[in-house]
Parts: sequence; C-alpha cells; structure tokens
Amino acid sequence: MRRRRWPLLTLLAFGYAFLYVPILLLIIYSFNESRLVTVWTGFSTKWYVELFRNQQLLDAAWLSVRIAAVNATLAVVLGTLAANALVRHRHFRGRTGFELLLTAPLVMPDVIIGLSLLLLFVAMQHTIGWPDGRGFTTITIAHVTFSMAYVAVVVRARLSQMDRSLEEAAMDLGARPLRVYLTITLPLIAPALLSGWLLAFTLSLDDLVIASFVAGPGSTTLPMVIYSSVRMGVSPQINALATIIVAVVTLAVVIAGIAMRRGRQAR
Amino acid sequence: MPAPPPNRAKHTHRTSRLVNIGIPYLWLGLFFLLPFAIVLQISLAEPALAQPPYTALWQWVDEGLLRIEINLRNFMMVAEDDLYLSALLNSLQVAFICTLLCLLLGYPMAYAIATAPERWRIILLMLIVLPFWTSFLIRVYAWIGILKSKGLLNDLLIWLGLIDTPLAILHTQTAIYIGVVYSYLPFMILPLYANLSRLDMSLLEAAADLGCRPMRAFLRVTLPLSMAGILAGSMLVFIPVVGEFVIPDLLGGPESLMVGKLLWTEFFSNKDWPLASALAILLLALLVVPFVMMQRLQQRIEGGRP
Repeated sequence: MRRRRWPLLTLLAFGYAFLYVPILLLIIYSFNESRLVTVWTGFSTKWYVELFRNQQLLDAAWLSVRIAAVNATLAVVLGTLAANALVRHRHFRGRTGFELLLTAPLVMPDVIIGLSLLLLFVAMQHTIGWPDGRGFTTITIAHVTFSMAYVAVVVRARLSQMDRSLEEAAMDLGARPLRVYLTITLPLIAPALLSGWLLAFTLSLDDLVIASFVAGPGSTTLPMVIYSSVRMGVSPQINALATIIVAVVTLAVVIAGIAMRRGRQAR
Repeated sequence: MPAPPPNRAKHTHRTSRLVNIGIPYLWLGLFFLLPFAIVLQISLAEPALAQPPYTALWQWVDEGLLRIEINLRNFMMVAEDDLYLSALLNSLQVAFICTLLCLLLGYPMAYAIATAPERWRIILLMLIVLPFWTSFLIRVYAWIGILKSKGLLNDLLIWLGLIDTPLAILHTQTAIYIGVVYSYLPFMILPLYANLSRLDMSLLEAAADLGCRPMRAFLRVTLPLSMAGILAGSMLVFIPVVGEFVIPDLLGGPESLMVGKLLWTEFFSNKDWPLASALAILLLALLVVPFVMMQRLQQRIEGGRP
C-alpha cells in the first residue's frame, strides 16, 4: 500500500512545481541587472527604484486600492444580505432565480460582464443622465456586482454551519432580532466577513477586462498599466511589482495562519 | 420574561425578508440582468458614427407611429464569416481540452491532498489557493518569459541537449493550453478536494477485503462517488475559459483566435459595438447549457446535505 503512493506524490510535486516555478522565476529575475528578463547579468535592485519612480503606475495603484476598498466593503454588505436570504429564508418566491443571479457572476466570462455593464451605463447616462461620465463609480459598481457573489459563497458556508443555540437563547431572553443579529450573529461570522472582504479586495485589484470596459478617460487602474506595459514586451519593473505582491500576500497568509492557530489553541 | 408579541415578530421577519432578499435582488437585477437585455437590443442595431455608436432600435415618427428597426446584420456577419465561426469553435475546443487537462492533473493532486495526513492537508490546500491571491495578469505574464523563443524553457532544453533549435511555443495554441491550465488548476482542485475529503474510506477497505484490486476499486467506487466534484470543477473551468481574453491575448497567436479576444477587438479597435454585442449574445447562448447543468448539480449537492 505504501509503495502505491509514489506515483501520486510525484504528480503532486509536479503540480506544485508547475504552480510555483513561474512565480519563483519572476521573483529571481526582478533582481536581475539586465533589461532582458531571461539573461542573468548580475544582482541589482534598480527595477524597484524605477518602480517607485514610475508616477503613472503609482497613481494607478492608488486608484485601484481605493476602488478595491470601497468595492470590498459594499460587496461584504450585499453578499452578507444575500447569504442571509439563502440560509435564513429557506423558502421564498423567486429563490431559484435569486440563486441563479448569485451564481452566474462566478463563472460569467469577464468580456460579457464588462460589455453589458458598459452598455447599461451608456444607456442610463442617455436616459436619466446618471452616471455622468465613467470612472471610479462605474468601475466600483461593476466590481461589486461580481465580487458580492464570491462573498455570498463564503458567508453562506459559515452561516449554515453556525450553531444557532446562542441566538435562540438571546431571543428567549427577549432580545430583538436585529439586536441578536448585530451582537451575536455578526461576531460569530466575523472571520467569514473578513475573508470575504479580502477576497473581494483581491478580485477588484486584479481585474483588467471589466474595468477596461467601464473605465473612462483618466481612470486608469493598476492592471491596465500592467497590461499596456506587458503588451510592449517584458519589463523587469513588472517583475519587481510581482515580487512585492507575492511578499505582501505571503505575509498576510502567514499572519492569518498564526492567528487562526492561536484562536484554536485559545478555545 | 415575555416573548415579543407575535405580530411584532412577524413584522420584523417581514422587514428582514425584504432587506435580505430585496436589496441584493435589486442590485443584481439592475446591474447584472438588465444589462443583458440592453446587449440583446444593441446586437440588433447597426453601428453608426454617433455617440453612442449605434442606431436606435425604435423611434416615434409622429403621433401613434412607432418605427422599430431590427437589424440582423451582425448575426449574418458572424454566420457568413469563417473568422467568427472558427473563433467560436476554437474557444469551445480550447475550453474542452483545458478542462480535460486540468482534470487529469487536478484529480490526482486533489486525491493526494485529501488522503494526506491531517496536519499536512491545510498547508497543501493553502499552497493551492495562494497563487489565486496574487495577480492573475502577472502570473500569465510570467509565462511569456518562460515560453518565448529565447526564453527560459528553450534555454533549459538546449542546455540539456534535447533540442538544437528553439521551439516556437509562445503565440501558439499550446501556449494557451499551458496558460489556461496554470491559471485555472485551483478551480478544479478545490471542488474535487471538497468532494474527495468527504469520501468514506471504509468503502474502499470493504472493496479491498472482498478481493477487489485497487484500480478496480477506484473505477467502481471512488470515481462514481466523486462525479459531483468532477462536474463542479469542470464547469468552473470550462465556462469562464470559453470567454477568456487575457490568456489568448498575451500567449496566443494569430492562428489561435478565441471569441473573447475577438469581442475585445471588435469593441476597442473596430468600435463596432453592435457586432461585439452579437458575439456576446452568441457566447452567452453557448454557455447556457453548461451553466444550467452546473446550477442543477449545485442544488442537488445542497439538497443531499442534511
């Protein structure tokens, strides 16, 4: 039986190598002196210096972070409401349609979401005069529309596993439903809200296609800047940016992992 | 302690229902469903040099006379031009082959993780999810440096003495396959893992006790029981890949056209909004069947749970 695991473990190792070697190569070549991403000429941090001097890229990053933060907050509110609806109101008219609307954004190709929202915004501007021009608001609305579906998945899983006896106890003691929800339910599902927020934040920060459709002149997000510089050919600055992103994400995951372990041990 | 009077409880319940169901419904109806109606409408219009660049579908000519113009030009163009048809077919083919490749690599990985010792499982799973949190665009970009003719893969193969002249991989269909499998593999592994980790291993032991060989036990017990995971993972890969833009754009070449990229070009380069809309409608029509399958499956899985 032991010997039989060998092929499986080899395949597992291959799979992880496949997932991680490209990222490792990106990181290694971000410290390369040469402009050519594939020829190693010597260690240098000059691409990081250039990255932090690239005002266009920094402006775009700041816009993206602001959009991502507003998006994540709205998506958590709407996604949590939707999860409440699905877990707490088991039967209501139009539930199938509701579920359909909530699953579709998870798999719908970005080009369709982007194009259809742009056409909506154009039609709305034409008929009711809002939104007046495209940019921060339209990108945020578009991002909320698909990221709320992801938040709903995460929160729904947590809500349906939750032990409801505490809520029932509070109800029996005469607490109003809203108060019960705010003081008991929300703290219990807080980890899911946090991971939903982070997920929505990342999804927004990462989106090129939808934002390209619904952005207007003067609202260039970070992925758009990355995309146009990648289209011109490989650029070590992008490698430097990738290294920073990977470092931040890894740090966040390690911190979350330690916090989770502490939390479990404390219990 | 008095319980809240029944009519107040009923009232709160109704408010909660209205807020929890109504607000997300309204948002998705306005920003997700309604736009499709507009796409359909504009796919039946004609491009025009105007702002916005398409003709109106209906107009009031004078009292009581409404003129409606439905223009099938865009759909005719798609039907008559090989370019569009081959792009649609090629997208389906790429999505199908990539789903298969993801399954072939993802299933053994998910199985190995699900049967790994408990303490390893979370770390292994974390490592599957981690790339998902870094930029998708940058991860696709990484493959340009690896696959190009003077890239790292060719350097390695030449250094190993396996080839003499560099292989042309970048800007081919093969590069698209690699990029898609690389980007979508986690979407295949996660549902498979969720399914396989709930698998009752005593069934396999029972099969072994009854003299069933491991391969046969896998085919007769494990595989049928993990069908829901296989289907869920396959749909999560297949549906978005059909309309993928970034990967064919950065890694693909002129002969490997996909509909997502074509739609982008029609919209941004040719400014033909009606034709782009028609392509979006056709893409949607192609995806309805797999999507409904996925939805059914999900409801069955949820219905099966106590």
